[in-house]
Amino acid sequence: MTVPVIAFYCFAAGVIIGGLFTVLSRHPVHSVLWLILSFLSAAGLFVLLGAEFVAMLLVIVYVGAVAVLFLFVVMMLDVDFAELRAEMSKFLPLGMLIGIVLLMELTLALGSWRFAPDAEALRDNLTPPLAETHNTAALGQLIYDEYILLFQLAGLILLVAMIGAILLTLRHRSDIKRQDVLAQMYRDPAKAMELKDVKPGQGLS
Amino acid sequence: MSAADFSVLLPETILAVFAMGALLTAVYTRKDEMAQMLVWSSAAILLLIAMWIGLAPHDNRSAFGGMFIDDAYSRFAKVMILLSTAAVLVMSQDYMRRRGLLRFEYPVLIILASVGMMVMVSAGDLMVIYMGLELQSLSLYVVAALRRDSVKSTEAGLKYFVLGALSSGMLLYGASLTYGYAGTTRFDGIVSTLGADNLPLGLLFGLVFLAAGLAFKISAAPFHMWTPDVYEGSPTAITAFFATAPKVAAILLFGRLLHGAFGGAVADWQQILAFLSVISMFLGAIAAIGQRNIKRLMAYSSIAHMGYALMGLAAGSAAGVQAMLIYMAIYVTMNIGTFAFIMSMERNGQPVTDIASLNLYARQDPLRALAMLVLMFSLAGVPPLVGFFGKLYVLTAAMQAGLVWLAIAGVVASVIGAFYYLRVVYYMYFGEEGEALDTPRESLLSLFVLASAAAMVFGVFNLFGIEAPAAVAAATLVP
Repeated sequence: MTVPVIAFYCFAAGVIIGGLFTVLSRHPVHSVLWLILSFLSAAGLFVLLGAEFVAMLLVIVYVGAVAVLFLFVVMMLDVDFAELRAEMSKFLPLGMLIGIVLLMELTLALGSWRFAPDAEALRDNLTPPLAETHNTAALGQLIYDEYILLFQLAGLILLVAMIGAILLTLRHRSDIKRQDVLAQMYRDPAKAMELKDVKPGQGLS
Repeated sequence: MSAADFSVLLPETILAVFAMGALLTAVYTRKDEMAQMLVWSSAAILLLIAMWIGLAPHDNRSAFGGMFIDDAYSRFAKVMILLSTAAVLVMSQDYMRRRGLLRFEYPVLIILASVGMMVMVSAGDLMVIYMGLELQSLSLYVVAALRRDSVKSTEAGLKYFVLGALSSGMLLYGASLTYGYAGTTRFDGIVSTLGADNLPLGLLFGLVFLAAGLAFKISAAPFHMWTPDVYEGSPTAITAFFATAPKVAAILLFGRLLHGAFGGAVADWQQILAFLSVISMFLGAIAAIGQRNIKRLMAYSSIAHMGYALMGLAAGSAAGVQAMLIYMAIYVTMNIGTFAFIMSMERNGQPVTDIASLNLYARQDPLRALAMLVLMFSLAGVPPLVGFFGKLYVLTAAMQAGLVWLAIAGVVASVIGAFYYLRVVYYMYFGEEGEALDTPRESLLSLFVLASAAAMVFGVFNLFGIEAPAAVAAATLVP
């Protein structure tokens, strides 16, 4: 076995074990940690495929941002996962049944799977020639040139998500003290403090 | 990508930029005090763009390598979507303001939703479908939950969100299977890989999942469960929006997908659509009988109407698409009038939705009661009102396509469904003495009710000439 093959099996096992324990582990924080392991292993698989850029994105975005965000959410929200799971187990038999039927059907579909004769040509004529282009450049060309419409639409969707989050959660409370940045900036140190000459034994009135 | 590509996208770009500009202006100036002005200016810009798209001569163009298609079909759809959105915005303004729901984000979200809908009907690529659909749905989830203090509204938003996410998942799964087979997400590419023989199993799976995902969005049975709850829980003005433009966008997108990407496999999807259609018609007709809440009733009514529109698509012909377009135009007009009436149903300033509250409404306000009678008869498809012609078109198209059983089922379902529309009329004219509703405070809503009812009566002469543009639109989709 060559080194890449060994590395592939290690990473693949990492993804599967990580995914399995994400679901199985009892403690939600542990789940998130397992999730991070599976993200990292997936990044390794991407490196093996020669897609370094996607691998680094996976590490930066998913491990660095998303998983850490999950961690915060899990630790901050007081969700009783054991209770949720008990609730879930009521529907488990039915869910399993549907899942198994669906799985069997999909196996059937995959068993007789065939590709369209010109599928490969259609797939390839979008991709810039990978032998000459670096894959970061190729990706950039697809996202910002070929698929600029999708890129911009995705931006609009994120804008809507942001408006929605603010609209549904922001409440202006009037009974709390707010920071007034301008007032702070234009505060005059000379007027901010007043010196009083306190006579001994009299105090301030 | 070039300047020509972006020029095809100009209407959508203008609307999106307007939405962003409005958002920034409102945030940095007077916030919610701006909302009323924003609603009016949004309605105005929607109207202007609808007129521009509808009246200016255009060629059929496509942009971004066929990802975005601007043809007669999409223009017909866009005019319908923009006009109904503008109408609902104008109608909703007073309703939202009196209930303290007129936030400045509301018109912005509605505009962004209509951008999403315009993208949906112009989509020439599976990925564009998804983007348009999400842009529209995400805005709708938010406006459904706009009344944050009400449990029902929040529940409606959450339910809509969860089920919508599920349906998007199905749609994406179908899209990925389709891509797996065809090697492309472009419609013209997919259609070119379809052979003369049967659809391969994988692609059939993809088609079924795509259809299931879209059936969720148009609330066709058996994917309708969210509809009554969302309709009931959302503020009525928002419900009016849900019942009109998004339905048009989703079903026209359905037509575009089926004819554009799976045009060579009509026999394969015809049975799926016929099934969805017959189930929706009967479920909409029968389940509505037990409903006392007029918003839930309209939800079931819209399920049944989607069944008829699907019947047009199931025909799989240009005539069927034309029938579907005409049906949707009529459906939207009727629903705008009906919801304008529902919005003005109040007792002591509080909205009421129980149909029994309409007792003897005819004595209180004969004109509006008459308009409502016309609308209800038209929704039921009683001749000679316009609603009847809508049904006639789809039934004829189904007959011509050899789906006689489907047409017969449609007639039977329409007879069953007439019961609950007639019951509303019965309450208005022959009900028992009860506590009367408030006299409507706003003449604008009455204007919409009367105009819509008048359209149902006077449209019988030539359907306001929408037949010809609908035929042109259908011909661009089904050559």
